[in-house]
Amino acid sequence: MLHTTYSILYPQAFYGRLVLALSDQNQYNTDRYLLSKDYAPLMRRTTTHESENNMRQIGLSDISDIALGASLLGAGGGGDPYIGTLMVLTAIREHGDITLLDPEEIANDALVLPIGMMGAPTVLAEKGIGNTEVETLCRMAEKTYGRKPDALMCTEAGGVNSMMPLCAGARLGIPVVDADGMGRAFPELQMETMTIGGVKASPVALVDEKGNQVTFETVDNRWTEELARACTIRCGGNVCVTMYAMDGATFKKYSVFHTISRCQELGRLIRTIQSAADKDAAFLSGCGGFELFLGKITDVERDTNGAFNLGQVTLDGIGSWTGRQASVTFQNENLSATVDGELCATVPDLICLTDAETCYPVTTDALRYGKRVRMIGIPCHPLWRTTKGLELVGPGYFGIQTDYIPLEERVARRKADV
Amino acid sequence: MYKLGIDVGGTNTDAVLIDQTGRVYAEVKYPTSKDVYSGIMGAVQILLDRSGVDPALISRAMLGTTQCTNAIVERRGLAPVGVLRLGSPATLGIQPMTDWAEDLKATCADWAVIGGGYEYDGREIAPLDEKAAADFFRSLRGRVKAVAITGVFSNIRSDQELHAAEICREILGDSIHISLSHQIGSMGLIERENATILNAALFEVSHRFTEGFARSLADEGITNARIYLSQNDGTLMTMEQARRHPILTIACGPTNSIRGACCLSGQTDAIVMDVGGTTTDLGVVRAGFPRESSAAAVIGGVRTNFRMPDVLSIGLGGGSIVRKKADGAVTVGPDSVGYAITEEALVFGGHTITATDIAVRLGMAEVGNPALVSGLEESFARQAMAVITAMAEESLDAMKLSGSDVRVVLVGGGSIILPPVLAGASEVIKPTHFGVANAIGSAISKISGTSDSLADYQQIPREEAMAQAREKAIRLAVQAGAIPSTVEIVESEDIPLAYHPGNTCRIKVKAAGDLDESDSLPIHP
Repeated sequence: MLHTTYSILYPQAFYGRLVLALSDQNQYNTDRYLLSKDYAPLMRRTTTHESENNMRQIGLSDISDIALGASLLGAGGGGDPYIGTLMVLTAIREHGDITLLDPEEIANDALVLPIGMMGAPTVLAEKGIGNTEVETLCRMAEKTYGRKPDALMCTEAGGVNSMMPLCAGARLGIPVVDADGMGRAFPELQMETMTIGGVKASPVALVDEKGNQVTFETVDNRWTEELARACTIRCGGNVCVTMYAMDGATFKKYSVFHTISRCQELGRLIRTIQSAADKDAAFLSGCGGFELFLGKITDVERDTNGAFNLGQVTLDGIGSWTGRQASVTFQNENLSATVDGELCATVPDLICLTDAETCYPVTTDALRYGKRVRMIGIPCHPLWRTTKGLELVGPGYFGIQTDYIPLEERVARRKADV
Repeated sequence: MYKLGIDVGGTNTDAVLIDQTGRVYAEVKYPTSKDVYSGIMGAVQILLDRSGVDPALISRAMLGTTQCTNAIVERRGLAPVGVLRLGSPATLGIQPMTDWAEDLKATCADWAVIGGGYEYDGREIAPLDEKAAADFFRSLRGRVKAVAITGVFSNIRSDQELHAAEICREILGDSIHISLSHQIGSMGLIERENATILNAALFEVSHRFTEGFARSLADEGITNARIYLSQNDGTLMTMEQARRHPILTIACGPTNSIRGACCLSGQTDAIVMDVGGTTTDLGVVRAGFPRESSAAAVIGGVRTNFRMPDVLSIGLGGGSIVRKKADGAVTVGPDSVGYAITEEALVFGGHTITATDIAVRLGMAEVGNPALVSGLEESFARQAMAVITAMAEESLDAMKLSGSDVRVVLVGGGSIILPPVLAGASEVIKPTHFGVANAIGSAISKISGTSDSLADYQQIPREEAMAQAREKAIRLAVQAGAIPSTVEIVESEDIPLAYHPGNTCRIKVKAAGDLDESDSLPIHP
């Protein structure tokens, strides 16, 4: 059978189907942006002949690229994927390779189980994971749903949660589906594309490394967040969790496809362009992003109140941006970016800071005075640009006083002004 | 009173004498010997002869060495280690040394993850499993000389690590070397565990070079000097600290040469090119401090959480071999005659064309016997110099972050091979004593103290917590031998535990000051 796939570097490809499905809900005509001239480099598609079965194996040699790409899609958050990488390497060594399924291979009545970790990256970096949590989680889910899950899935791209389902897949021998619930990272657990489709996070099952198990149901996803956080703290700051269990039909409508493959491509891109003649251009076209600024960090303000790593980083332009100023606000993930006082990108679009020389992603934890970084914007998944999506993760939710304007449009406007 | 700075590189052992005003009194370059110590002895002997300084007047001696880095990279002289982690049931999903190369992993005789470890707030994950610890140590009898113990959140509470060390000594005796992670690394279990294992594996190497260094100084009559070793961050530690924590000496070379170049040229913002015998290392200095790499420090393929200067190394040095290919193209390096340059280069009567020979042929330098390179065709030499210049300019461009020209400080014994003008450089400065910048960097190092802790701002206000951390860092620096009036906070950060309600923050403060050179100072081990 002729199987048409799109290179996973070009976001509109795997978003395209969803755009059609959701056009009635769209606040913006996402097709317009996807097809705009600025997006021309993203329009390439590849057609490959593949066997009907698109599944592939993920082995030891695939992991570091996936982790690196996930760190970029983390948009400043998600934490360092190093620990997650080691978790997967240990799991593959002990249990063998992971089977990765294409989303289209999921049957409509399949049970898809998103799986991840919750907690502070600092705690994760000390405690890692034990060797019983995923088995326990799977047993808990079986009890709740009366059947074994058919596939595991990532809740987000970025940090440990892009790795955790792979670790579980190897340990349990259950396939992992090439998709996630964000296409990036966000700070709160109701911020999943599945929420847009009305999927409830609960019942939630969480377990710590000591073997403590909690299963609960809540009235809405925000309560799930509250209760899960409370449990996480008492469990020592870090737990394994499964939520948003759903059937295959729902999964195919409301998740972000090919995230793991995209991570792997992005990781390979960053790794292989290091000696390229025009590294920066290769990076930007490869990741489908726009350069918003290039500068040196002159200040990092962190607000220590509340549950999250809130703050703002200020940049002084270098290179062609010399003499100009930029800033990025963050709440674990980067929320908004301004250049010379004017907004140039906001959530839910991805705002990523990358090392000016190596193009390696720089997470909000690693922001330091004097570091040279490139600020890039990458368009988010079209589901996030729907009315419901913007209610969940739009600028308004994070207290940013602006209407959401898609990244491509902001970039086009700025170009017109120059 | 004089300070003696020594840097043992792969090709040369450099030594300098600096007087109290900071003036370079004498300098020498001497070939590094295989056993290292005869090289140091030779260098010091010449230094004393040339300067006529009474060795008894040398009050401080600082050594920068790549011994530990080399031992890890070459897997040489590493002691067999028993690796114990206190953390079960947490951390079981990540085996120790998961991403280590197999040959380095072979250093580990055996490992175990046993019950223990703490939560972030100091509660126990599990009590220390004393029986499992004792069983593990007994199983190591006769198989290891060193043990590395790493507990979860031991930076918050070190009790379990200390207790496990007691059990270890009871069973394996006092001669066993024990590395405890809370004394070595900062937050991040795996990176800290990695550094702790490497530290334990290095204990014999460190004993050898610290004792050898002390002995070779004593043999030269330098008996009144307090001895220090350079650390990777450009600060110093005592002999005793170096013996216990040799891992902290890794990668001090680039830091020393960058700081030495700054000091010699009086530049605080520049790109330093340190041209050695085999490689050229480029580093960026901003406000007098080396720019740090954003990547985690990887030593011999092992990830640790030390902060390293950002250095770009290219295969170009004074000993780089120059060849003419069949198609007429000329290549330079990346292979080099290395420390054999004084035998193999044409100007020294050898038979290999090196980058140094090219420089001498073109009249850029006077080394060895210029008559021995007169047979080289000038057009060939110019071709080779064009290649050398292009390599230098390309690497310079790679380190820059903008199109504008930067000041370049050229140091290192091999820097004679580079022309006085480079594209991309607003100015090429070659300071006097350029050949021994790293030894000078070693001699002018500061001494530091670091405080790394977690604080809950609901229990203790932020300002108070930060002040306590600053005080502790300053106290540690002064205890280590810094002049109190010169101690400054050089690094200060507090990072909230992300994704975690409450106000728990990790506070890390580092203070550094000039080394007290008066002899009234008590010796702090």
